[in-house]
Amino acid sequence: MAAVPMAYAFLFAAALFALGLVGVLVRRNLIFMLMNIEVMLNAAAVAFVVAGVRWGQADGQVMFILVLTMAAAEVAVGLALVLKVHRRRHSVDADGISGMRG
Amino acid sequence: MTEAFYIAALIALGATVMVITRLNVVHALLYLVVSLLAVAVVFYTLGAAFAAALEVIVYAGAIMVLFVFVVMMLNMGPGHVNQERRWLSPAVWSGPMMLAAVLLGDMVYLLAGGNIHAERAVAAEGVGVALYGPYLLAVELASMLLLGALVGAYHVGRDDGAGEE
Repeated sequence: MAAVPMAYAFLFAAALFALGLVGVLVRRNLIFMLMNIEVMLNAAAVAFVVAGVRWGQADGQVMFILVLTMAAAEVAVGLALVLKVHRRRHSVDADGISGMRG
Repeated sequence: MTEAFYIAALIALGATVMVITRLNVVHALLYLVVSLLAVAVVFYTLGAAFAAALEVIVYAGAIMVLFVFVVMMLNMGPGHVNQERRWLSPAVWSGPMMLAAVLLGDMVYLLAGGNIHAERAVAAEGVGVALYGPYLLAVELASMLLLGALVGAYHVGRDDGAGEE
């Protein structure tokens, strides 16, 4: 581990987060947007683990477990919403539901 | 050790780019699984073996299976047999397959190297002690969050037939 500079590991996390952000902004399919949100959460978790390992503390991995729990809860509710949207509008296009008002 | 980190990180970034650029959801899911496995190898090279195991079990296992279930539910209807046949042509799975093979070679190299345990490695024991010591309240809150998500997902995803077009 000592040979891997922490800056590179954080650079990896930042690049992964940026890719996820680009994916959320570029794609209009709701399932793709959810997948890219998963990528972004994963990148944040990578940053936690890298920092935890850097100082030899278990806190980074504890935060990783909490992020994992949050991602599981988020994806369960998100996919249920996608199913609901698909049932109503027969498409999973994010622009298609922009007409929702209140 | 360091080469393994760089190779796994490059595979993760490349697979994530492929996730963004795929048009078919199932193809993107294959690359997303490869990306998550690569991140697990990154954790392993950093010395966080417990996080790597959780990444494989929960992310690449449970959450991706949830995605696959929903994709399959969205594609019900006539003609889906042909569609599935087209989904899994060799041209589709050879890309993720190659990346996963490189990842496997990376992993074998790591395990054969012997010096798996980095000097700052945090074992699962330390994580467990921290989780049920100072972070006990966070664990309780996480359990409440999961219960809320369970009830919410059931309520939102229920097919009651009312108000549907």
